[in-house]
Amino acid sequence: MTDTALLSVRGVTKRYGAHIGCADVSFDLYPGEVMGIVGESGSGKSTLLNCMAGHLEPDAGAVVFDTAVDGPRDTLLMSEPERRMLSRTDWAFVHQHARDGLRMGVSAGGNVGERLMAVGARHYGDIRGSAIDWLGRVEINEARVDDRPTTFSGGMQQRLQIARNLVTGPRLVFMDEPTGGLDVSVQARLLDMIRSLVRDMGLSAIIVTHDLAVVRLLADRLMVMKSGHVVEAGLTDQVLDDPKHAYTQLLVSSILQV
Amino acid sequence: MTDYNFAYLDEQTKRMIRRAILKGLAVPGYQVPFASREMPMPYGWGTGGVQVSAAVMTTDDQFKVIDQGADDTTNAVSIRSFFERTAGVATTTQTAEATVIQTRHRIPERDLTEGQILVYQVPIPEPLRFLEPRESETRKMHSLEEYGLMHVKLYEDISRHGHIATSYAYPVKVEGRYVMDPSPIPKFDNPKLSDCPAIQLFGAGREQRIYALPPYTQVVSLDFEDHPFVASKADHPCGLCGAEDSYLDEVIIDDAGGRMFVCSDTDYCTARQADGFKGKDAA
Repeated sequence: MTDTALLSVRGVTKRYGAHIGCADVSFDLYPGEVMGIVGESGSGKSTLLNCMAGHLEPDAGAVVFDTAVDGPRDTLLMSEPERRMLSRTDWAFVHQHARDGLRMGVSAGGNVGERLMAVGARHYGDIRGSAIDWLGRVEINEARVDDRPTTFSGGMQQRLQIARNLVTGPRLVFMDEPTGGLDVSVQARLLDMIRSLVRDMGLSAIIVTHDLAVVRLLADRLMVMKSGHVVEAGLTDQVLDDPKHAYTQLLVSSILQV
Repeated sequence: MTDYNFAYLDEQTKRMIRRAILKGLAVPGYQVPFASREMPMPYGWGTGGVQVSAAVMTTDDQFKVIDQGADDTTNAVSIRSFFERTAGVATTTQTAEATVIQTRHRIPERDLTEGQILVYQVPIPEPLRFLEPRESETRKMHSLEEYGLMHVKLYEDISRHGHIATSYAYPVKVEGRYVMDPSPIPKFDNPKLSDCPAIQLFGAGREQRIYALPPYTQVVSLDFEDHPFVASKADHPCGLCGAEDSYLDEVIIDDAGGRMFVCSDTDYCTARQADGFKGKDAA
């Protein structure tokens, strides 16, 4: 780990009128680190993620990203072309519903190739080669490369979305409930795959979820949110095994033990 | 003639359209919104082209209308008689004599010259429309030059058919900046868009957009390095005039599978026949 944080979030606040989305959130994410954000529905975790990823404009605060070329820069002060360029090169965003992140009318290969073409790849054979390579890495059979995602199962769609996002070798991945809506065996396989991809590629990731098992498996560090505020943060094991805040204690104790 | 203002539209409307045309010429390939008027013909019959023609037409002009290359199809005949009646301009079927040519889906075979204006009828001006349905998003993509999606379409073509199967309305890049839909001309005509001495104007009536290519504009058809653009045509000579360099229509001539290939550009074909060229199917 280096000294420079990959992403520094400082005092990010987003209000919806009188209602608080998230308030005064600050943290640092270092290269190679996976950060989990947990909390119940409506606790502001998705709002926070969208503010960091540039989908929402926060009312206050700074999101400083360590860009490959210019060093640390506040992404909120960037121009829109710069921010969009960042979001298709150094960043990736995995949506909860694969349909939001995929082009359903375009073949699997085209979906994976889109980011490559967006950054200037113009050689069909190369694009198709890396699309097939990436389908293999997310455990989708090469023979499905020309099929549309509408013919894929939910788990396959989610894996395809991940392939599509990682093909340009991003340094930071935002994930919004990546395992939501999948059955448990598919979830387990997906988590296993994400974990090995994160380790192999040295990715940094921010994972929003309400599922404590997901962060237990994937996250190095954890933030617990309630009503827009961060109530507790720390190493994952520490927070889950020895929760300090009353809300975290409630959250941990409400997991069903099988 | 006295029943109508010259060329049907009122002068204020023509002025508005001319401003849009000038802006289009200043920013080649950029789609300029304009307040398209109701015209006495249905959408899809060339309402955009007619308005652009009306705005650029003068009493001295020689007007030619082609529809899929032909001067004698319904659409061409009715638009030509519309302007004969409302503007009283001279009309012609000869490409070389015409000063304003309104066209649907073709570029004439004969090389255009300086001083000519080619007016295209455009059904859907947005090249990204079938990939990205949101207008707000396509505008943003144009302004930020995010054209990766256009290649996704070509990628899909190759993955499905083994080659780029898009054969008309083939997307082009204008002066290295805007990606433009050249209207549904066959891709055989795409190379003629580039470095053309004539002014090329595109009018989309229903979609309320005008765009333009000034003379000698560089227009490049999009492709992949390993699947380069090919201006394809039917691999036959014309049955009537024997031309091997012109775009051909396939005509079914009986119900026993008989067919012939003829030039889609009727003026080019008749001129060649008058010069003594004869194809194998000529009477």
